[in-house]
Amino acid sequence: MGTGSDMYRQQILEHYRNPRNYGEIEDPSFTHEGENPMCGDEIAVDVVLADDDETIEQVAFRGDGCAISQASASMFTEHVQGKTVDELMELDRDDAMDLLGVDISPMRVKCAVLAEKVAQDGAKIHRGELDVDKTTTED
Amino acid sequence: MSTQDVEPLNVEQIREDFPILQREFDGNQVVYLDNAATTQTPEPVVDTICNYYRQTNANVHRGIHHLSQEASIAYEEAHDRLAEFVGASGEREEMVFTKGTTEALNLVAYAWGLNELSEGDEVVLTEMEHHSSLVTWQQIARKVGAEVRYVRVDDDGTLDVDHARELISEDTEMVSAVHVSNTLGAVNPVGELADLAHDHDALIFVDGAQAVPTRPVDVEDIDADFYAFSGHKMLGPTGVGGLYGKKHLLEEMEPFNYGGEMILRVTKEDATWNDLPWKFEAGTPLIAQGVALSAAADYLEDLGMDRVQAHEEEMAEYAYDRLTEFEDVTVYGPPGDDRSGLVSFTIDGVHAHDLASILNDHAVAIRAGHHCTQPLHEKLGVAATARASFYVYNTREEVDALIHAIDDARQIFA
Repeated sequence: MGTGSDMYRQQILEHYRNPRNYGEIEDPSFTHEGENPMCGDEIAVDVVLADDDETIEQVAFRGDGCAISQASASMFTEHVQGKTVDELMELDRDDAMDLLGVDISPMRVKCAVLAEKVAQDGAKIHRGELDVDKTTTED
Repeated sequence: MSTQDVEPLNVEQIREDFPILQREFDGNQVVYLDNAATTQTPEPVVDTICNYYRQTNANVHRGIHHLSQEASIAYEEAHDRLAEFVGASGEREEMVFTKGTTEALNLVAYAWGLNELSEGDEVVLTEMEHHSSLVTWQQIARKVGAEVRYVRVDDDGTLDVDHARELISEDTEMVSAVHVSNTLGAVNPVGELADLAHDHDALIFVDGAQAVPTRPVDVEDIDADFYAFSGHKMLGPTGVGGLYGKKHLLEEMEPFNYGGEMILRVTKEDATWNDLPWKFEAGTPLIAQGVALSAAADYLEDLGMDRVQAHEEEMAEYAYDRLTEFEDVTVYGPPGDDRSGLVSFTIDGVHAHDLASILNDHAVAIRAGHHCTQPLHEKLGVAATARASFYVYNTREEVDALIHAIDDARQIFA
């Protein structure tokens, strides 16, 4: 189990201070938002798909919350660029942990997976497989 | 109560009763500052639980055998003990054991509220209510078409009593107020609120979850109609708390739960209710927990509640002073010499959950979040705060450890 100092390695703090792909994309293929109600973390993700409606061409996020949620979102946007929506759907919580490169304490896992979950729900809505206004993490 | 007039607690000796405080994580001894969430359990209380199960355990009130008689007497006397502890002269008849403060609120909201409230009635709460009170009254009011109104919290984190005076009217049927705020540490003038309620023929429910553990409480002096508290926040076990109610009100009220133990006589068509307080304790009650809670009250009374309060105030004032040394730290609630033993704060640029994680790395246990007061946090303009809360075994050195860990967090995020 990672301890606090592990959790706040330079790479994470660097992404927190200088988030990649932060902002809004005009006219995205889909956009979706979500929150951790217990923490108050909020993330919105915009995705632009290529003409095949499958390849992720561009991703942006904006949000507010703890370092883990915001750094994870930043790393996530870099990671999924160029992947397909199917590949996005296959990502799970272990992938979010791998991106962060640290073990995080059980109570903080929901912070780390928020961006991934928001993007996946956004894609499901885009494909007509889901109908929600906002993604919320459980417990 | 002046903190200067009482003999300080012998904290070093008290700590010997709490072996959990010796635990280490990665070489750091735990600094337990999450007492507003739950307090640790001293050896005499743990012994009481163990001895109950080793020597006395039986179901109460239905056995003719020795063990059941002993268990029944111990359980009944625990009610008298807790009644006395909060200043209720009516002994067990005015002290119902519940799962805790939340269940006590639900008990009154359902058993009294559903029957007595109707459309056009008002329930007056404060903006600093815990969700246990806020959500319960909000939902019961919705069921009966009553309205909930909120007494404002001033910018200095104290209750706006003038606003209470405006809000409490002939339409008010119930005032439900927290005695000590679990987020702001503010101590509310509940006696004054009780007078306001009674002037308008309304009842008052006082949530004493943070008050009974931290100061002498006298429900009759306050003139509370109902007063609730939780055992695990006052050195007792989890799963037990108390609801004080004025005898005539408890007598008039319908039961909350139906079942065994709460009945006197049952036919196929009808049933009559048992005496107080058993009418409100359906099913096999929390016997071991109740007996252990009584031991917790003994422990606290041996320390002296005025000394407990003085220690709480000293800890809060010291923490407040140390925290406000940092320019980038905001402390919520009234100033240091006018609060209960907790401080909620935020640090610019460090999210409360990040802070709690880094503090945990130093084995400093605090709480980060909305502390079950989301509407209050919305008013404060923050999603989450960090909260350090103190109890009888905490030391100034532990506050220093908190400050040291906070400084580490500030540097990580600098």
